[in-house]
Order: sequence, then structure tokens, then C-alpha cells
Amino acid sequence: MRTFEEPSGIHGVMASFSDVDSLVSAVGSAREAGYEKLDAYSPFPVDGLSDVMDLKPSKMPIIVLTGALMGLASGVGMQYWMEVIDYPKNIGGRPLWSWPAFVPAVFELTILLGSFAAVIGMLLLNGLPMPYHPVFNVPQFRKASRDGFFLCIEADDPNFDLATTRSFLEKLNPIGVYDVER
Amino acid sequence: MSEQSLTKTADPAEFVPVIAPGNTYRTISDRIADIVLSKDIKLGWAFGLLISFGLLNVFAIAATYLIYMGPGIWGINQPVGWGFAIVNFVWWIGIGHAGTLISAILLLLKQDWRNSINRFSEAMTLFAVACAGLFPVLHLGRPWLAYWLSPYPNTFGYWPNFRSPLVWDFFAVSTYGTVSLLFWFVGLIPDLATLRDRAGNVWFRRIYGLLAMGWRGSARHWHNYEMAYLLLAGMSTPLVLSVHSIVSFDFAVSILPGWHSTIFPPYFVAGAVYAGFAMVLAIAIPFRKFYKLQDFITMKHVDMMCKVMLSTGLIVGYGYLMEVFFGWYSANKYERYMTWNRMFGPYWWSYWSLILTNVAIPQVLWLRKLRYNLPLVFIVCMSISIGMWLERFVIVITSLHRDYVPSSWGMYYPTVWDWATYIGTIGLFFTLLFLFIRFLPAINIFEMKHLLRHKEHEAHGLAHHPSEGGH
Repeated sequence: MRTFEEPSGIHGVMASFSDVDSLVSAVGSAREAGYEKLDAYSPFPVDGLSDVMDLKPSKMPIIVLTGALMGLASGVGMQYWMEVIDYPKNIGGRPLWSWPAFVPAVFELTILLGSFAAVIGMLLLNGLPMPYHPVFNVPQFRKASRDGFFLCIEADDPNFDLATTRSFLEKLNPIGVYDVER
Repeated sequence: MSEQSLTKTADPAEFVPVIAPGNTYRTISDRIADIVLSKDIKLGWAFGLLISFGLLNVFAIAATYLIYMGPGIWGINQPVGWGFAIVNFVWWIGIGHAGTLISAILLLLKQDWRNSINRFSEAMTLFAVACAGLFPVLHLGRPWLAYWLSPYPNTFGYWPNFRSPLVWDFFAVSTYGTVSLLFWFVGLIPDLATLRDRAGNVWFRRIYGLLAMGWRGSARHWHNYEMAYLLLAGMSTPLVLSVHSIVSFDFAVSILPGWHSTIFPPYFVAGAVYAGFAMVLAIAIPFRKFYKLQDFITMKHVDMMCKVMLSTGLIVGYGYLMEVFFGWYSANKYERYMTWNRMFGPYWWSYWSLILTNVAIPQVLWLRKLRYNLPLVFIVCMSISIGMWLERFVIVITSLHRDYVPSSWGMYYPTVWDWATYIGTIGLFFTLLFLFIRFLPAINIFEMKHLLRHKEHEAHGLAHHPSEGGH
């Protein structure tokens, strides 16, 4: 079902594994062998895989904090401007900036913008939506969302060499090793 | 393995798993996804959808007539200006709370039994909030001007009064609906990818593919995803507590006897969780049987949810007790009269039915044997749903119908249009629910696999098998 004539190159080499532990140890071996540009694919988050892959702590917390603080600031700013500056209302002689009454809207806006930051931030950090990705060219990769565990060493890794990387992956006891076309 | 979990599993009779033995990643994936991807339409599902859709049409007629005629078709009057619309609003929004509690608070508390019920509870939250949101809007009289609640620059040159609980409500409910939708959708992304990869039909593959946005289960993605999900749960937790607190402010900030009470926010939140769990169980019991999902929604889940209902129900019962106590202790004749009037006035039947359905009947859940009796649990859930509706009826109607001055006393009688609107939203709720069960995975697939992995690890450790693959 290829829509283009010739594959324009190779994205990497992919190995498939039958269980979580083999995937984690395979990633460990690949890291020890000096491979940097690799990615692991699993149907559910695997505890400890981030450590084996030496992933940096996620940037999510700071993104969400920024969003939440923006919500907080806009809630305070909006209500101050509307209730104190632009349309002051004398209700029973109470102070214009009767802030306890403004807490609910500030709180809700903090959560709202924080949540939007969490969702949009997660999508942007992950580069989603991504309509096309080379890994989907491997027919067996459909199992990655079911019960398949995959390791892909990418071609732009300095140590990558199609033949040696292939034989390296074959030594890790995979179910199969596949070339990932771009 | 800690001592505690060793002793916990030592007695096999006591141990009920959260996921039935014999399941693998593949069976979890296939059994849940196949409900959605199966070609045949189950007769029971079609029948349920038909009835719900019929009721939804009742709502459409009632709402159309209301917009044409105005709220005079309802039983509301002076002094009872709130009537069914507010009763139903509070009832629906309360039901929604269990979904967020299950998905957010139980996640933070690491309650692994939540994984198989969180998806459809969150869906239930969304649909309940949608039903709830309709009532205050229809109650406005001119529903097409509902946008006046939002602070938008307008030619009148004014802004909403942010000191008003009704504006707080607008912010709380709209935020709650939006955040619930975001949370639900983020949870769905990996499962949509599962459906995309499993679908045979090219259109299903395209639609689910579009919604999954190219999710491929990369470790780098999971890394950010898990953190985002955790943070969303962390923000939803105070949110869900705030929403019903703010709804209760609609009452508590007023000066009406029976409403003006500091106990309202906590007691409303507990009542919301109570009603919500009753609805989750009332849906889960037939759902697991009909789709043969007893492996994933086990008796353990029923048991745990019954315990949550029992404890929140006791908080609610304590609330009723304290209302009576404060009525007496306030030494205020209006408060005392209101309390007496609730129990022995013209609406005495609603108060005592409330005590029966919401406090007395649910006490059967103390017995383990009865918690494992599904038809009985279902009846208790129905009783709680009715009881929580009666609670709002008692709060709204009995407080309003006796004002400070006897000249402004009155009675409230719901009309056929009140009932039609209420029953109509039940139709809307179940229509959405039936469609959801058919077109989206009603159980979280990836979290179930994650849970299975954990359970296998635990079992591994318990049996003292040396692990072969290393950790």
C-alpha cells in the first residue's frame, strides 16, 4: 500500500520483543553498545524505561505551572479591572476590591489554563498530531498498541550501520528484526 | 514484598482480584476493542438506545415548548422560583463528581481498582455535566441570552457581578466540563491508537487514526504523557471539590433558613460522590454482565464502590443530623420553624422518603454478603439515586415555600413539563452513554495492561520465583 515509488532511505532498524523485560534489557544493551538515537515502543507505559533510556525529566511540570500562573494572573487582573476600574459597583458599601468574593473565578481560571497547558504541552512535546511516521511502515508495528514491544535504532545515530546494527539487534533475542523505510 | 501484602493474599477466600486470572495483554486489548469494532449490533444495545433516544425527543419537545412559551409552563411561582430546574441541575452535576473522583483522586491515591472503571465514569461525568448545564440555561427564561453570564466586551458597557454565586457557578461548571473533557480525551489517545491498529474497516481506521493523532507508544511520549496525566489528575482533584462547593454557595451565600449554612460545601461534595458512585455502579452492573466483562470489572470493584457509598452516605447522614441540630441550637425561630416544617410540614413525605432511601436503605451495605449480591446492590443504587434527588428537592422546595412572612408562603407543584424536561435529560444522558459504549473503548485498555504488568510483578515477588529476564 505504498503511495510513493521508491523508499527515499532508511529510518532505522527495528527489533520486536515478546515481553516487557526483554525490551528493557534490549534497550539497556543498546545503550551500553553506544547507541544514542533510539526509541522504544510499548502498548503501555513501562516503569523504568525512562531511566534505561536516560531521558531527561519531563518539561511538563514547568509548562503546567506557567499555564496555571497565567490563569491565576488573568483571573485576578480581569476581575480587578472589571470590578474596580471599569465598572465599579457600590454594593452595600463594601470595598470594591472585596477579594474573597473573587477567589472562585480566579481558582477556576487557574485550573482551566493549567489543564490546557498540560494537554497542549504534552502534544507539542511529543510532536503530535503527526500524520506520518516511518515506524508505521513496518507491518508488524501494528502490534505496538496491542501486545508488541519494539526497539528502533535510528539511522542518524553516529554508530549506525545497517549491517552491524542489524546483527547487533539479532543477538538480543528478538522475535524479528525489520528495516524501517522512510 | 511487604509483610502486609503477604498476609493480605494469604487467605485465598478473602482475595478477590481486580483483574481475573488468565488474561494477557492480548486478551485485554482484544476483548475491550472488539466491543467497539464488532460488526454486529446487539439487540439489547439497540433497544436501550431506542428508548433513550425516545426520551431525548421528549426533552426536545419540552425544551422547544419552553422556549416558545417561557418558564410559565413549569410549576415555578412566587415564592418557589427555583423548582425542578435547580433540583435537577444539582442532581446531575453531583452525579458527575464520581467520575472525576475515580479518575483523579483515586489515581493520586494509587487505588489500582480504579483502572477498569475510570473511562466510563469519566464519560458519565461529561454526559451528566451536559445534562446539568441545560437546566440553569433553560431556567433563564430567555436561554438564548445565556452568554450574558460570560465577561465579554459588550455595547451595554457593563461586566458581570463577580460577587454573585451564579457567576461563580458559570465559571465552575464550564471549567469542570472543559477539564473533564480534556482529561477524558488525553486518557483516550493511546486507546484510540489501539483501535486504529486493530480496525479492519478502512473508515474506522481513518477516524480512529485521526483522533489518535499519530500516537505510536514511544517511550519518549509515554514519559511526557504520564507526567501530563498525573498533573491533570492533580489539578482535577481540587477542581472537583470546588465545583460542588461552589454549587452549594448558590444556596449557602443566601440568607434563607435551611440554605444559609456553613455545612453545605462539605456535605454537598460528599453527597455528590455518593450519588455519583451509585450511578457508576448502576451502570457497571448491567454493563459488565451484558458485555461479559466480569474479568475486568470484578466483584472487588463492586465491593470497593459499595464501601465508598457507605462512607459518603454516612457523611451525608451526618449532614442531615447536623441540619436538625443547628436548627435547634441556633435558637432562631425561623431556623427552628424551617426544620420542623421540613419534617412535618406539607412536604413531610419528601423528607421522610429521603431519610428512608438515602440513609436507612443503604445501611445494608455494611454486610459483606449483601455487597456481593448484585441485584440487591443495584436496588440500593437506585434507592440512593432517588434519595439524592429528593435531598435537592427538600433543600430547594421546603426552604423556598415558607418565606419569612406568612403572606409570601406558597406551594410548589411540578407540571407535566417539569417532568418531561427531567425525564428528557435522562434520555439525553443514556443516549450519549449508549453511543459511547458502542464507539469508544469503555474500559481503559492501556491502563489495564499496565495494571496486569504490576499484578504479574507482585505475583512474581510473592511466589519467590527468581525472575529470568532480569528487571
